[in-house]
Amino acid sequence: MKVSTKWLNDYVKVDDLDPLALSEKIERTAVEVDDTYRMQDGLKKIVVGHVLETKDHPDSDHLHICQVDIGEEEPSQIVCGAPNVAAGQKVIVALPNSRIADNVKIKKSKMRGVVSEGMICALQEIGFSETIAPKAYAEGIYVLPEDAKPGDPVYPYLGMDEDIIDVDITPNRGDMLSMRGVAYEVGAIYDRKVTLSHPEVKEASDEKIEDYVSIEASEELVAPYLMRIIKDVEVKDSPLWLQKRLWNAGIRPINNVVDVTNYILLDYGQPLHSFDYDKLGSKKIVVRLAEEGEKMTTLDGEERELKANDIVVTNGEVPVALAGIMGGLDSEVVPETTTIALESAVFNGHNIRKTSRRENLHSEASMRFERGINKATVAEALDAAAQMIAELGNGQVVSGVAKANDKKAEAKEVKITLKKINKVLGTSLTEQEVEDIFRRLGFGTAFSEDTFTVSVPPRRWDIEIDADLIEEVARIYGYDNLPTTLPQGPTTPGHYTYKQKIIRQTRRLLEGAGLTQAISYGLTTAEKARRFAMEPAETTELAFPMTSDRTTARMNLVSGLLDDVAYNAARKVENVSLYEQGRVFLRDKDNDRPREVEHVAGALTGLFRKSTWHDDKLAAGFYLAKGIVDFLLNSLAVSGRIEYRATSSHEAMHPGRTADIYLDDDFIGYVGEVHPSVAKEYRLKRVYVFELNLQKIIDAPKKESIYEPVSKYPTVSRDIALIVPIEVTNQQIVDCIKKNGGAYLKDIRLFDVYKGENIGKGFRSLAYTLQFSNSKQTLQDEEVSRPFDKIKNKLKEEFHAVIR
Amino acid sequence: MNDDRISLPELALRDAPFHGRYPMKSVMCLHMKQGWYREASSLLGTRLFQCFEKAFERNGTMNLKDKLEELKEKGLEEIKNADNSKKINEIRVNLLGKKGPITEVLRGMRDLSAEERPKVGSFANAIKEELATAIAEKCEKIEIERTAKQLEKEKIDVTMPGFPVEEGQPHVLMQVIDEIEKLFIGMGFQIVDGPEVEEDHYNFEMLNLPPDHPARDMQDTFYINDRLLMRTQTSPVQARTMEVHDFSKGPLKMISPGKVYRRDTDDATHSHQFHQVEGLVIDKNITMGDLKGTLELVAKTIFGENREIRLRPSYFPFTEPSVEVDVSCFKCGGKGCSVCKQSGWIEVLGAGMVHPNVLKMAGVDSEVYGGFAFGLGPDRFAMLKYGVDDIREFYLNDVRFLSQFSQKG
Repeated sequence: MKVSTKWLNDYVKVDDLDPLALSEKIERTAVEVDDTYRMQDGLKKIVVGHVLETKDHPDSDHLHICQVDIGEEEPSQIVCGAPNVAAGQKVIVALPNSRIADNVKIKKSKMRGVVSEGMICALQEIGFSETIAPKAYAEGIYVLPEDAKPGDPVYPYLGMDEDIIDVDITPNRGDMLSMRGVAYEVGAIYDRKVTLSHPEVKEASDEKIEDYVSIEASEELVAPYLMRIIKDVEVKDSPLWLQKRLWNAGIRPINNVVDVTNYILLDYGQPLHSFDYDKLGSKKIVVRLAEEGEKMTTLDGEERELKANDIVVTNGEVPVALAGIMGGLDSEVVPETTTIALESAVFNGHNIRKTSRRENLHSEASMRFERGINKATVAEALDAAAQMIAELGNGQVVSGVAKANDKKAEAKEVKITLKKINKVLGTSLTEQEVEDIFRRLGFGTAFSEDTFTVSVPPRRWDIEIDADLIEEVARIYGYDNLPTTLPQGPTTPGHYTYKQKIIRQTRRLLEGAGLTQAISYGLTTAEKARRFAMEPAETTELAFPMTSDRTTARMNLVSGLLDDVAYNAARKVENVSLYEQGRVFLRDKDNDRPREVEHVAGALTGLFRKSTWHDDKLAAGFYLAKGIVDFLLNSLAVSGRIEYRATSSHEAMHPGRTADIYLDDDFIGYVGEVHPSVAKEYRLKRVYVFELNLQKIIDAPKKESIYEPVSKYPTVSRDIALIVPIEVTNQQIVDCIKKNGGAYLKDIRLFDVYKGENIGKGFRSLAYTLQFSNSKQTLQDEEVSRPFDKIKNKLKEEFHAVIR
Repeated sequence: MNDDRISLPELALRDAPFHGRYPMKSVMCLHMKQGWYREASSLLGTRLFQCFEKAFERNGTMNLKDKLEELKEKGLEEIKNADNSKKINEIRVNLLGKKGPITEVLRGMRDLSAEERPKVGSFANAIKEELATAIAEKCEKIEIERTAKQLEKEKIDVTMPGFPVEEGQPHVLMQVIDEIEKLFIGMGFQIVDGPEVEEDHYNFEMLNLPPDHPARDMQDTFYINDRLLMRTQTSPVQARTMEVHDFSKGPLKMISPGKVYRRDTDDATHSHQFHQVEGLVIDKNITMGDLKGTLELVAKTIFGENREIRLRPSYFPFTEPSVEVDVSCFKCGGKGCSVCKQSGWIEVLGAGMVHPNVLKMAGVDSEVYGGFAFGLGPDRFAMLKYGVDDIREFYLNDVRFLSQFSQKG
């Protein structure tokens, strides 16, 4: 809401206040201020000019050469292209070296050989937006009133010198969507008297409202619904003072009737609608719910198909207005209109909200119906508007008001104790201080037994309970004046839960391992959501997605990481090591709500470590990814048996370079290379990824740390190298060694792998170091050699291994 | 093995009376074998010894003194000329050892008169001490020179790069969240996680936002169906936690960090996904002053010790009073700059006293209990703190972006 301080000053004295200080006060006490400005800000040397004569430019079919009195001794010659320029007009002149809208400088120039000392301007050229400049001047220059004095700055004539405070009204402060509401607020802030004008309607006694119209409306839809008739109206332009008030508030002047309804809307916050009475086609107004599928064409020319909860104003048969949102085209006030049916009503905000959202039709009126209306001024606003239309249109107000559901608006009583106010705010305000605040707000009070009974006028319909009163006290008292303390009371332990600890530890470990944390989007495409999913589940899809690439809740983290890696690759960042920890959304078939499962995933591509003067580079690869997974699981002290099983069942993964990870035979994730054809889709080379169901790791038993004395007896190492067919896996060999190694075998380490010359095709050589130890006594030679021989024999037996 | 390690000056001091000028700490350790010390002898030592013997026989006490004097001069000369640890050790053994001339003199004192004995004794001892000191000094000098030579040889180019220890980084948003979590855990808060796919019931209704409430326009929502949606705020965790909290066991103090979603078009300042940290304290005597104090701590923790906050009225359906919280500009300190748009203040979060309806709906007696709630945006915090001008950067994960935010503390 754009508030002109000049208009505001009619109701409460503010002309002694610096507008910026006033803005600041409003912002600190009531609602946010978006901007404080004058429309003339940024403009320079723009004055009134009097067009003395015009003649056509000899070398142009549309330019005019004008002699313009700009208050100097000699007239200036200005070339103007506007079709409506004419001698005798008072116009807006941008002098040489002036600045017009958008910081454009005007200089003395020649137009097709003719000197032009400035420019005659349209409103748009001095900063009026298309939406507020009167349509009559849309195609040409603006003509100022005849009494404008040549050479004067043009701003006061157009109201551009008024200070405007653009307040951003929160949904609860609908009362401030009116000049009168703002006046009350400013009055309370500064403790100043608010003086409002009240209309006196001069009614023509020859006819009565009953001769024109009667109202039928249910109370749930509208309460009250009031209507007046103004007859013999001349529809024409509004006087400039009214136009100025409208455009300063951001509303385009149209004609005197519509302008008055908008003016009263701004003044009282009461939306009004004017019908061309003769086009209503009946003497009856019936407000009802629309029938499903019922059609009407609104003022903007749109034909709308209505739903059953839309409120419509009808003539008893067909809709003439989409209530509270927009009038019907058929009953629009046009220049030929002579009789006005003026509606002032309070429609049900819920219905209005639904309709305006569905139709995406948000008007000044609908916004106010949604946020509330001051029921005390529905009739007064109607009277003020009727009287003004009559005055500006030389018409007459027909005697009486047609009414439905009209009840007197009463003040509301809300009780609150002084103790509660102080308890909630942490203050020690006295009865007098609080009472004074209520007085400033214009609330009546009675105080007894520590309790205020506050009488809240209907204009503050937002106040309903004691907490609302506490807010009023707090903000008028000033938030700066509240004490600054910390919560007292019983202490509570602050800590992470076990699950939170593991999650944070996981992040820390992966960072320690050299991966940087990524946070990707939780919403993706259905395809990407499914692609790397680790278990069969249904997708969770948005009902109305915003874009086609964000439609579905993710079911895996690898997809998002691949997007990240691709984003980097597209920017020539080829070495990427990222991890992500977050939730995936897995929906079971007969459930509409997905399970949210904590996962962790990583993606590696390019070099993990660049070569340095002392060390070789380390490229991302399967075994690096696997090593990181191992490191994570070990560091988290997962006590179960971890197993990597080769798999070719993941469609998006390399069939020969992917392992499923099992924890005690329970599938917890996978590690491997992204399928080259998938990588290609992302324009990527080789990418290695892993994803783990972190929840399963959280739930898994962990190793207990129990002190064990460090063995005093030496460890015995034995190396074994063997040649085996290539199909025999490391896991098989290790399992075999473990199984046959006896109680003293503590560690098996693969230290060499060899393929190639000296070894037959289809074979490879593997070499392991086996460590034996006994913490009780020194190992006897035999205690090592016996199991070692057994291992050798078993390896030969089971895998046809050749021991070297 | 350790028995072989005896420092040279230590050996010197074994025979000489201890004097404080050469504390053990200051001397260098030298490897040598004990056997070598026992067997060591030199022509020089023998000669000195013979010369001394003759003098003793011939001239009696006075000459004895002269000879000791001479012995000393010669000894000192030898010490001065010794240029390695082996030589100096030989000198030490010959002069001061058990078979050395001075020891001999002292041994021969039994033949002197009782009157002369102490004179000669103390004179000999003084000489012995002087020589021992000279040997110790020389030892140390040799050792220092030797070490210096060795260190000179070991010189490296210290400007060559160290071996890289490369760690990954937490995401900048997580750094902000971690910092907030630490602060609140320290103040006795729990960290509570809530679902990202939330029910309309918790996301809106339990927060005093019935259907058709105009404030629902403030948050455009990704609905999944009539009942479910992607949560638009972390506030539903408030409602969920309040519902189950047992107030007989003490106050409820919680924060809830997490992702939230809005039906917004992504641009530099809007993202359909961002983060929030919800905070809630419910107890019997919580005041708005407590809210102010708590948020001031948040501002100081994230934006620096000298920050101040101010509250401005605002509106949230689930708090009453509701406030926006501004922090004094950390860039200009409040004077006005481009970061704070010349106002000196930056809006950082929303807060308020929990609305009685929210308490009631969660089954909490609003006559007895009350408290405050706040919601802050790590994305906004990080943008302000680090001058990030495009919120999308947080979710595109350009490595060059992610690696800019080094962790402090």
